[in-house]
Amino acid sequence: MSVLVFLETDKGIIKKTSQEAIAYGAAVASATGGTVTALALGEGDASELAKAGRFGAAKVLHAADPRLNQENSLAYASALVQAVGATGSTVVILAKSGIGDAVAARAAARLKAAIVSGATELPDTAGGFSVKRSIYTGKAFATVEMKAPVKIIAIRKNAVDVQAEEGSAAVEVFNPVFGDNDFKATVTGSEKAGTQLSLTDADIIVSGGRGMKGPENWQPLIDLAQALGAATGCSKPVSDLDWRPHHEHIGQTGIKVAPNLYIACGISGAIQHLAGVNGSKCIVVINKDPEAPFFKAADYGIVGDVFDVLPRLTKAIKEG
Amino acid sequence: MKILVCITNVPDTTARISFTDGDTKLNKAGVQYIIGPYDDYALARGVELKEQSGGMLTVLNVGPADSEPQIRKALAIGADDAIRVDAEPVDSFFVAEQIAHVARQNGYDLILMGRESIDFNSGIVHGLVGELLGIPSFSPVMKLDIEGGKARFAREIDGGKEYLEADLPLILGCQEPIAEWKIPNMRGIMTARTKPLQVVEPVPTEELTVLQKYELPPAKGACRMIPAEEAETLIRLLKTEAKVL
Ligand SMILES: Cc1cc2nc3c(=O)[nH]c(=O)nc-3n(C[C@H](O)[C@H](O)[C@H](O)COP(=O)(O)OP(=O)(O)OC[C@H]3O[C@@H](n4cnc5c(N)ncnc54)[C@H](O)[C@@H]3O)c2cc1C
Repeated sequence: MSVLVFLETDKGIIKKTSQEAIAYGAAVASATGGTVTALALGEGDASELAKAGRFGAAKVLHAADPRLNQENSLAYASALVQAVGATGSTVVILAKSGIGDAVAARAAARLKAAIVSGATELPDTAGGFSVKRSIYTGKAFATVEMKAPVKIIAIRKNAVDVQAEEGSAAVEVFNPVFGDNDFKATVTGSEKAGTQLSLTDADIIVSGGRGMKGPENWQPLIDLAQALGAATGCSKPVSDLDWRPHHEHIGQTGIKVAPNLYIACGISGAIQHLAGVNGSKCIVVINKDPEAPFFKAADYGIVGDVFDVLPRLTKAIKEG
Repeated sequence: MKILVCITNVPDTTARISFTDGDTKLNKAGVQYIIGPYDDYALARGVELKEQSGGMLTVLNVGPADSEPQIRKALAIGADDAIRVDAEPVDSFFVAEQIAHVARQNGYDLILMGRESIDFNSGIVHGLVGELLGIPSFSPVMKLDIEGGKARFAREIDGGKEYLEADLPLILGCQEPIAEWKIPNMRGIMTARTKPLQVVEPVPTEELTVLQKYELPPAKGACRMIPAEEAETLIRLLKTEAKVL
């Protein structure tokens, strides 16, 4: 099966989540006999995009129309549908994200495709096409058969192991045709947390709860995150109280993350918080209460005061 | 202004999930149901906008009769009337086709729903409906104002937010802090009993995905406790045992 992978880029560089999407697509293509084409939209440097080859893409279609520099699910879906046609792809892979889901949905409706969002494993293609996905906010899984000729899958982080190899994809100019309908909204402004590592892309997350006691106490947590090259997250009350920005809120009603390592500092481990982190490979909990429910979901635990433990961990990492 | 708010009827966030019928059905025994938390935000903002503009707000659910307590709750919170499409929702595409069908018949200026349901978490119904109706969809929306047929709203993007402007009609997937959840008052509960709730038959759709089975995650191993004064040990274990550093 020929596979098309929708790329998300950040300042022209392929996001980690999209590197996984390419690797996932490459695994599907090699199991079913086919090649992988990646689709890049908006600004992008050809030498950066060629790196898609390291994860298994043979070719990158690059549509550099400057209007595509703004995230736009309508125009992106139009471009994706045209790229499916141009490449004869029957499988489309995207990383699960706000824009990924939106593009997947709109393209699926146009192509009458079978769509699964939240895949956690590679599909089973022996005698059919079924894929396992996360449901009930990580409390369970469902295996779903995808019946339509075109299949669109949005994958969760860590759905596949990424091994970068030598390789370079051929980057081709792609000129999809857009209609007026594709540019219906005007962006009037944006706020972005500068150079901060994004939560969904991060391999390590250090996250703080109400146990951090106030926004003025965040420095030890930020220091640890910096020492680890980690992103910072928080519990819902922390963002509700404006101690931390809303885009750091993790859980049932916030961002769902699945990093390799999640370090929870002064978070009790309410079921709604756990729902957002239970895809993590390894969970470390630091809490002064030995009865905190989070320990039941943890791999490693330290019973102690965050303000004592965090600097020790930072020091231990720096000393190597 | 005519507003449609689509709600899901889902297990409470604290519900224990298990399955029956050879792992093909959710075990509903002892499970409390709620309006999806994100849908609840959409409903709250919808009611505020309706009150400001003096329009009409219809609440829609695709689901069997079990959903009616949640639909009544939405009426008690401030919806004017309700439509229930009488069907077990089989997948996102099925639900989207039902919503699009209702919307085509009635013509709404604004369709709001949660960014995702908390049972299947797909986050794709607003996009599907948008495409089926040929109108723009945006998600996750965290701020929304309507003025003279134009929506001004903020959408969460990776690591921040973006402010947008677009003409109605629109479909938006909502999340906090678009509004505060509303709790029905006594008067709301009383009037909700007599507000119209129309039950309609589903339109047929193509079956694009089929559920094969559900499963629970493997049980978590015991947590390894490390004394607070041995932080170095934790770092070493993360490197050598867990291999995540
Ligand atoms: C519908 C619904 C959706 C929700 N969605 C979310 C969600 O998406 N995300 C989310 O996080 N919550 C969510 N919640 C809220 C959730 O139920 C909890 O209230 C919340 O997660 C608690 O946050 P917390 O752990 O930071 O605070 P608390 O529960 O107050 O816990 C603070 C913890 O810090 C520890 N502590 C205190 N001081 C120290 C110290 N000096 N050193 C070490 N430890 C210390 C305490 O022992 C305690 O365990 C939701 C709730 C509902 C009803």
